[in-house]
Amino acid sequence: MRDAARWVGYAVLLVVIAVLPFLVSDFRASQFALVGVFAIALIGLSILTGYTGQISLGHGGFMAIGAYTTAILSTTYGLNDLLTVPIGGVVAGIVGFLFGFPALRLAGVYLALATFALAVIVPSVAIALGDRAGGTAGIILDLPTSPIGALSPDRWLYYVTWAIAIVLFVVAVLFVRGRRGRALRAIRENELAAVAGGVNLTHYKTLAFGVSAFYAGVAGSLYAILNFIVAPGAFPITLSILLLAGLVIGGAGSFLGVLAGAAFVQFVPLYAGDVMGRVTDAAQAVRLPVGDVDPTTPGVPSVVYGLILLVVLFAAPNGVAGLVRRLRGKLRIF
Amino acid sequence: MLPLAFSVSELAQQVVFGLAMGGVYASLALALVLIYRTTRVVNFAQGEMAMFTTFIAWTLTENHGFGFWAAFFVTIGIAFLLGVGVERIVIRPFGHASHLTIILVTIALFVVFNGAAQWIWSPESRAFLGPFSAQPFDVGGIAIARQDLGVIAVTLISVTILWAFFRFTKLGLAMRAAAIGPDQSRLLGVRVPWMYALGWGFAAVLGAVSGMMVAPIVFLSPAMMQAVLIYAFAAAVLGGIESPVGAVVGGLLLGVGTTLLGAYAGVTPELELPIAFVVLVLVLLFRPAGLFGRVIVRRV
Repeated sequence: MRDAARWVGYAVLLVVIAVLPFLVSDFRASQFALVGVFAIALIGLSILTGYTGQISLGHGGFMAIGAYTTAILSTTYGLNDLLTVPIGGVVAGIVGFLFGFPALRLAGVYLALATFALAVIVPSVAIALGDRAGGTAGIILDLPTSPIGALSPDRWLYYVTWAIAIVLFVVAVLFVRGRRGRALRAIRENELAAVAGGVNLTHYKTLAFGVSAFYAGVAGSLYAILNFIVAPGAFPITLSILLLAGLVIGGAGSFLGVLAGAAFVQFVPLYAGDVMGRVTDAAQAVRLPVGDVDPTTPGVPSVVYGLILLVVLFAAPNGVAGLVRRLRGKLRIF
Repeated sequence: MLPLAFSVSELAQQVVFGLAMGGVYASLALALVLIYRTTRVVNFAQGEMAMFTTFIAWTLTENHGFGFWAAFFVTIGIAFLLGVGVERIVIRPFGHASHLTIILVTIALFVVFNGAAQWIWSPESRAFLGPFSAQPFDVGGIAIARQDLGVIAVTLISVTILWAFFRFTKLGLAMRAAAIGPDQSRLLGVRVPWMYALGWGFAAVLGAVSGMMVAPIVFLSPAMMQAVLIYAFAAAVLGGIESPVGAVVGGLLLGVGTTLLGAYAGVTPELELPIAFVVLVLVLLFRPAGLFGRVIVRRV
């Protein structure tokens, strides 16, 4: 019975994803496509951080690798941009796999610093490569086109992104199943005990790094195509931190959680300023002595964003997925 | 710059400047270590809290007629209260949340303090007059900036005071005990939660010192501590995240190292940080617990 309810839930979610672009403007559709991009990156991050317990502050770096791969292959070598997406994923995946070897020696904050270094280094390397990688100005890609006349390019890319996201989610679910998933979780809970229990640490940790980076690379490639520009400034350190925030807010391991986290990464920074306006309006409506705040004042969106983050973390310490589980326990809806 | 332009006096100047920047990194790194030892969490908001208090010092001198040193000490007091307040009001309610959640709480604080500073004081950068004149000091024919020496002196003094506090006072002992064995300390009558709050207070003071020392060099702006935080984080990890001595040594090494890289290896500013990080990760590969860290033996 409960299983049936879950499948109905998934079906409803799929229908919503399928019809959404026709309910909103092209511009919104492209924003929702970006939610899909972040969802892919978050699925990857949840394999590494959620399942294996290795904190990464460097997934923005892996995204940048995927994005640059797509940009260089499609402009310099004239490849079809969608064909470069798996290549971007594989390149990032190889870098991630190799990065997994030094990461074997590091744990906790030391690993956090090493991954942080990656996020710092990749954009700088792109600048240092000069013309080959577009320098500070970046590389401009061709405008996206749609092969189906009925679909605008934005909506076409929306479907491409979400199709990839859903397939990769299913792949991730299969990946963390059974023996492999148990090994990854054992590493998260206690590395020494896992090794004593016969888990091959080198194999699983580098694998987790590689797969996770592959997801980030795919997300980066799609990010490049959707924005049709790749520049070092598009991958600041804050991107990696935002992804981590999205993961914690969503709660690892549930599709709904990933969607919530991805929506948070995409929309909350955009609309934080508006929220401030609503709050002051509401406060004035109940006659609180609150002045108007111009939401475009520098800093106001950040303050609101940070406070929202704090409130969400406080209300849902195990992420949105955890919150849903808790509520479900209380309300018995499903 | 070509190696041909090499001269001893210039090298000395660069090293002293590097030590001054290193002192700034070291103070903030020490603040990170203080909080890490008690809560096992890297406080990502440390730099922004330091920036925020430095703006308070600027307001005191600019709008309220304070002299630099008066503002300096008032700001230190405010920073202490801010640190204690943040721990009691924001961090404490998260109690036993996972480390990842608490790290994100500090990231949220980073965003809030950064936004608040932009909101209150605008994002522009402005001049912040330090207490030390730009007049060089003549040491054996080598002209050394007074400002650099002043920064080094202030850093050394504050680090020494902190060390003496932890080493020689009963409160310091209680704080160390609370960090090492919270349960045992509680049984012996140490008010552990307050010790944590005090730790945040002292960390905020160290941050404020580093902010007020670096502002005259890099100009005061809401973004000024972000690079410093990255270096401080790197310094703390390089030294071994639990070691105060390591944080200071790590900070000084990074300060001198990056200054010399910029001056003699022709490294452009945007590559200084990546190169510093590559070296750092290489060091960590050989000493995974940092230069002064201990490898912890755990029972499974």
